[in-house]
Amino acid sequence: MAIDMRQFHQTFFEESLEALASMETELLHLEKAADDNGHAVLAPDPEILNTIFRAAHSIKGGSSTFGFAEVASFAHVLESRLDALREGRALPNRRVVGLLLLSVDCLRTLIIAARTGKEADANAIDAVRSQLEKLENENTAVAEGTKSPAQNHRPDATHWHIVFKPHSRLFHTGNDPLRIMRELNELGEMKTVVDVSALPHWEGTDPEECYFGWNVELTTRATRETIAEVFCWVADECRLEINSQPMPKLAMTSRGIAEAVASMDSHMDTLRVSVPKVDLLINTVGELVITQTMLSQITNNFSFENLSQLFAGIAQLERNTRELQESVMRIRMLPLSFAFNRLPRLVHDMSQKLEKKVELVIHGEQTEIDKTVIDRLIDPLLHLVRNCLDHGIEPPMERLAAGKPEVGVIHLKAYQKGGNVVIEIRDDGRGLQHDRIFAKAVERGLIASDARLSPEEIAEMIFLPGFSTAKTVSDISGRGVGMDVVRNNIRSLGGGVEIASEKGRGACFTVRLPLTLAILDGLSVQVGDQTYILPLVSIVESVRIRPEQVSRPAGGCELFALRKEYLPLLRLYDLFHIESRSTDLSQGLLVIVEADGKKAGLYVDDLLGQQQVVIKSLATHYRKVEGISAATILGDGSVAMILDVTGLIRLAHSGTSHMPGNGGNASSATTIAPNMN
Amino acid sequence: MMETARVMDQGISPEGEEQFLTFWLDGQEYGIAILKVQEIKGWDRMTPIPNSPPYVKGVLNLRGVIVPVFDLRLRFGLPEAERSAFTVIIVVNIGGRLAGIVVDAVSDVINVGTEQQCAAPEYEGQQNREFIKGLAQVDGKLLILLDIDRMINPETLDKTEAAVSTAAAV
Repeated sequence: MAIDMRQFHQTFFEESLEALASMETELLHLEKAADDNGHAVLAPDPEILNTIFRAAHSIKGGSSTFGFAEVASFAHVLESRLDALREGRALPNRRVVGLLLLSVDCLRTLIIAARTGKEADANAIDAVRSQLEKLENENTAVAEGTKSPAQNHRPDATHWHIVFKPHSRLFHTGNDPLRIMRELNELGEMKTVVDVSALPHWEGTDPEECYFGWNVELTTRATRETIAEVFCWVADECRLEINSQPMPKLAMTSRGIAEAVASMDSHMDTLRVSVPKVDLLINTVGELVITQTMLSQITNNFSFENLSQLFAGIAQLERNTRELQESVMRIRMLPLSFAFNRLPRLVHDMSQKLEKKVELVIHGEQTEIDKTVIDRLIDPLLHLVRNCLDHGIEPPMERLAAGKPEVGVIHLKAYQKGGNVVIEIRDDGRGLQHDRIFAKAVERGLIASDARLSPEEIAEMIFLPGFSTAKTVSDISGRGVGMDVVRNNIRSLGGGVEIASEKGRGACFTVRLPLTLAILDGLSVQVGDQTYILPLVSIVESVRIRPEQVSRPAGGCELFALRKEYLPLLRLYDLFHIESRSTDLSQGLLVIVEADGKKAGLYVDDLLGQQQVVIKSLATHYRKVEGISAATILGDGSVAMILDVTGLIRLAHSGTSHMPGNGGNASSATTIAPNMN
Repeated sequence: MMETARVMDQGISPEGEEQFLTFWLDGQEYGIAILKVQEIKGWDRMTPIPNSPPYVKGVLNLRGVIVPVFDLRLRFGLPEAERSAFTVIIVVNIGGRLAGIVVDAVSDVINVGTEQQCAAPEYEGQQNREFIKGLAQVDGKLLILLDIDRMINPETLDKTEAAVSTAAAV
């Protein structure tokens, strides 16, 4: 009976991507070693090479078993190169490691293409493959010192980009660009774009002058020398650039890869769990069964003498249940290294691009956090590290001038603190430039030019929507998706991000995240006969206010004075159109909440107490409700709604609260309080 | 054998008969396809959903799952009834999406042959036409067969909700 291989595909993809990730990490180690030792590693750590080789080998094996021929053939080429390195026939220098990193990208593209059923960019992959093969020839030449590359292997087609810009006197020496183009065309497939930018106005044209330039895309097996030969007659009379193409092309595909990986992660629905975690779970379940047996024994022949035993049994049951809950939660926990693993490569690529010297130091990558959090943490984390590289760390010259070591350091540190996981991203760069941030905020109309702000308040400005201080929009950061998106993403995970900075010494972003998304720390509040849960992260304080503190600007919603601030007053019973025990402000309580930098006072009847609740989605069987983020089940089995502060504030300003019979409050639907805008 | 199993899956007996759970609502008997029904449970405490249309009674805790409950009387624009000992919630499962519907009382499970079913006649101003799948004559009684999928579909929910809020605003 034939086995349907497709059932194993998913596992193969996941394992391959993991193998590639580990290859990438090891290659970066190798490169670092190469950097430390001048340019080549004379005695590379065999364990590193073996790890890389094994990864490539298992991808090759897996892909040929499952019939992914393209992956297999590429992995084969890569494997043989790695084999040469492993056996010491070649030495890993910077160039080789760079090429191997590119190969990892190619393999990843191929695997993702196989997984999604899309076409990979064959040109870019062929280019890397041919370079790999060329490398083999060089290696053999180095090691054996005999054969010439050409005899050994016919190189694959390379994509060349040629810029040919003859001097204007070209025709005077009897040269004809047409002949050159014809000759080039014989070498391979050619695409030409004529550059007419130098062409003067018609009256000013001298027919004996050459005004044109040519941009040629040539795909050929010919070497650079052969191409240069075509131009040999005009070599002194033109500007000529011949570049092989694969590098920039790959840079393009690697962004595609990042996107593919991101989209893939969202439906990566399997979880690898270490065996000890499962063992722990089984132990706990075992204990639970014992407790259950004990309880049924007590109840079978129950007498009042056994009452204390029964209580003890129930206490034990409670403990078992809690342990079981914890170990089930722990199954969903993954080490943060899943998110951190992407960063060394990012730092490596970006520091080269920006011509900065940066070292990334990671601590505490074994800290565990819920899988969902990890998946959604990757983007904000990439953005924060990019920011450090782009804005924080100075170019080497500037660093030396400031008396700092040439190499900048980004520290990434994760640790657990209470029910939270804290991630610190600290750089030793120039720190926040408060004057520039201030100027930018004024320019953007975010604050008045004569506003007096503390340094902390200025630092907070970078989290405002649409704020970016990058002088030019680089493709690294400052792409419009700014820190406000980072903060919102982290907030949506129930966490927060803070910034601290010291001028000239560096900046530090602190990201705080809950351990799990399934459980929320909340405060239960009462309105009428309903209980609602307010997430603890969004609560600032709760106060009792007097009606005199409340004012109502004409046509606006109610405002109240809290110390020096005026905050909008949201009456929860009004927003939800429910019966309340009290409408008199002096009887209930005002909970000051904050979301997206906006504060508001939420009027409730009473605070019931703090508790942890398990989040249950409303949208699974119903749909999203404005002002409600989810539901939960309380200890007595009833359902309570978890309030969404952002949604509530929006609700207060939208027409939803506009209902007939609402009296004076209906006006709040149409106007927005000035300080909320 | 396989064929029969497949047919049974769709709630159609080999004779082409379909099984319906019938229930009462304001003196009229209705039927819904039995395979959409997950369970029937008694009235339970519910938590209202803020700013939802009146026919959304709220959500209830069904063994740890949050399930919305719709009052079918209000959904059809019928007068709201007092809860009685017979009032039940029919929990339906439409493609994994659960919902409870409140009805006056459940009555029976009956087989309806295809030849007994007919399309509902069309006439002007009939509000709930879209939820009616057809009519059936069973033992001389008229049974209204409901298209429960449409009734708890979130898209139609949105539509009617919009209608409700415009009506309220006028």
